[in-house]
Amino acid sequence: MSPVPPRRSNTKVLAYIVLVVIAMFGFGFALVPLYDVFCEWTGLNGKVKTEAQAETMLRVDQSRWVSVEFVTTVNGSMPLEFRAGVNKIKVHPGEYQTVAFYGRNPTEKPLIGRAIPSIAPGWTTQFLKKSECFCFNEQRFEPHQEREMVVRFAIDPELPETVGDVSLSYTFFDISPP
Amino acid sequence: MSVSAIHDDHHDHGPAKGLMRWVTTTNHKDIGTLYMVTSLIMFMVGGAMALVIRAELFEPGMQFVDPMFYNSMTTLHALIMVFGAVMPAFAGLANWMIPMMIGSPDMALPRLNNWSFWLLPFAVLMLMSTLFMEGGAAAAGWTLYPPLVLQTGAAFPFTIFTIHILGVSSILAAINIIVTILNMRAPGMTLMKMPLFVWTWLITAFLLIAIMPVFAGAVTMLLTDKFFGTSFFNAAGGGDPVLYQHLFWFFGHPEVYVLILPSFGIVSQIIPTFSRKRLFGYSSMVYATASIGFLSFIVWGHHQYTVGMPIEGELYFTYATMLIAVPTGVKVFNWISTMWRGAITFESPMLWAIAFVVLFTLGGFTGLMMSISPADLQYHDTYFIVAHFHYVLVSGAVFAIIGGVYYWLPKWTGRMYDERLAQLHFWLTTLSVNLCFFPQHFLGLAGMPRRIPDYALQFAEFNAWSSVGGFIFGFSQLIFCYIVIRCMRRQGEHASDEVWEGAGEHGLEFTLPSPAPYHTWETPPNVH
Ligand code: HEM
Ligand SMILES: [Cu+2]
Repeated sequence: MSPVPPRRSNTKVLAYIVLVVIAMFGFGFALVPLYDVFCEWTGLNGKVKTEAQAETMLRVDQSRWVSVEFVTTVNGSMPLEFRAGVNKIKVHPGEYQTVAFYGRNPTEKPLIGRAIPSIAPGWTTQFLKKSECFCFNEQRFEPHQEREMVVRFAIDPELPETVGDVSLSYTFFDISPP
Repeated sequence: MSVSAIHDDHHDHGPAKGLMRWVTTTNHKDIGTLYMVTSLIMFMVGGAMALVIRAELFEPGMQFVDPMFYNSMTTLHALIMVFGAVMPAFAGLANWMIPMMIGSPDMALPRLNNWSFWLLPFAVLMLMSTLFMEGGAAAAGWTLYPPLVLQTGAAFPFTIFTIHILGVSSILAAINIIVTILNMRAPGMTLMKMPLFVWTWLITAFLLIAIMPVFAGAVTMLLTDKFFGTSFFNAAGGGDPVLYQHLFWFFGHPEVYVLILPSFGIVSQIIPTFSRKRLFGYSSMVYATASIGFLSFIVWGHHQYTVGMPIEGELYFTYATMLIAVPTGVKVFNWISTMWRGAITFESPMLWAIAFVVLFTLGGFTGLMMSISPADLQYHDTYFIVAHFHYVLVSGAVFAIIGGVYYWLPKWTGRMYDERLAQLHFWLTTLSVNLCFFPQHFLGLAGMPRRIPDYALQFAEFNAWSSVGGFIFGFSQLIFCYIVIRCMRRQGEHASDEVWEGAGEHGLEFTLPSPAPYHTWETPPNVH
């Protein structure tokens, strides 16, 4: 008794499926840039641009105020002391402001860190114009050094009227070589 | 590799003798048995871990284990139950039943089949060995979220490799199942005549080949983030930990359907037999399964309502998730309609199937509650969701598997199991599973978070009940082991070929002798 001859070649079906498997493995990695593109396009996760935008003359909207709050965090066990000079400022949309932040290295060793910015509500990231930010570069702190770092930004006057407050947060990550 | 070549290797003789039979076997029934036995062992191991958890939670305060080990227990319990118990049980049932149900002499790729099984014991052993490594086993939960999971000690790379191997194993099994179903059906066995168990597995296998590679990719990124300085999920380097959650749940939500679709299939085999009617709405069952499979890819965000999503995202995922309840409802109504006016008898397989329909539906309802994003802010990461997924996974997936084992065990072994013991097993399990998990709904609503070894005093009473239920549940499974081992040792009454009255009309497998001979359907059956 001989078994039924297969209708299609098994190897052919097998090859198709293996292709799908490989494609899906690739798709997982493709999701990484796609995710960034999607977030940028929709402004979903409040990822703030990490490059400076040239300062342009914006129409200053004197008729309203937006309050901008600053949140500072140090990630994990990085020993940096990090704070904003002011907790909150009020700005007219369109006018540029400079805000100082302070970092102090209380240890005996140099510290290298990188600040990652974020804004809430997330979608307002498209209305934040930064011409200067300490988050654009690595920051190095010598032992016991205290330094001022600045952010210069404006809120785009196109920001919808319904938004009265935004929070800008910076989280310092330790990238010192071990 | 052609089927006939493999087949001729052992034409006309039974299994080889001794231990090597199991190592080198390419016979679908042997491999099915290996999967099932492994699954049962892992079910008991995973169960023991659950009892460590329930013992610690019996009273408030820290009793037996330290918090780190406690968290390792929740992590390994989940990974072992999902990848070591439920998925292998389905693979075992597929190996045993699919060729017999579609009239094929074996699986399409028997050597691959051997491989896909033998990867499994090594993977789970490696996973368990991580318990003894420096820094303890992974303790970040089965979802392995970074950055927490990156704090795992020496166990970290081993945990990731385990996932890789388990992934390869289940991809190979899925490939084999697809090729078998597409190529090896007996003449006349058209797709729309296939038993539902075969249909649900076909769709499950497609889900598996689509999602396991994505999961493998995601954990590979964890690995390179930890050891090779990449920053996929590391904010300091421009990555985003939330990206991991998207990748994980893109895998994770279809994965929960991998854990339930074959159960739908099993129940759809059992209910018609014991109702002595044809399955109501066969084709709607097939379409419902396919739509569930499709929808499962576009709802993953319901696991991430609380990580910060714009209102549009919350709305989209809420409605898309609720949509899944429609085809699921179709299935439940079809099962009930099959029983309607049937001449029902309540042998053990039927009891498990009925309990499945009732309790799975309950779990589906809590799922619907959580799909409402504003409401989920309260339920997320509490015991409410623990109750939800244990209703769908234990009284859902596991109940269907146990029911399926009782249903087909006489066919496999040629012996009838002890019906009185089996009824005892059923009632103890069903009562205790509810005692264990029902109170957890209220704990969750009252605010008890999941994944904690200690809790506030007001949760004490319900936790005590839950632990009592958990222990009764665990020990009741020893009855099951005893029943199964007895049949495997060929003790008990002989089973007839048909096994269940009229079963021959419900599936080709019941037209074969009991026990099913080592080689079946060498001449394909005539399907009309
Ligand atoms: C109508 C059907 C279902 C709906 C609407 C549903 C909905 C949900 C939602 C919204 C969550 C997330 C809750 C949260 O994290 O706050 C969830 C979690 C979960 N569901 Fe379901 N579900 C359904 C069916 C199932 C099925 C069939 C299974 C598996 C067999 C399942 C397994 C799980 C698991 C394991 C989790 C927890 C994942 C984790 O965070 O560890 N669900 N479900
Ligand atoms: Cu889900």
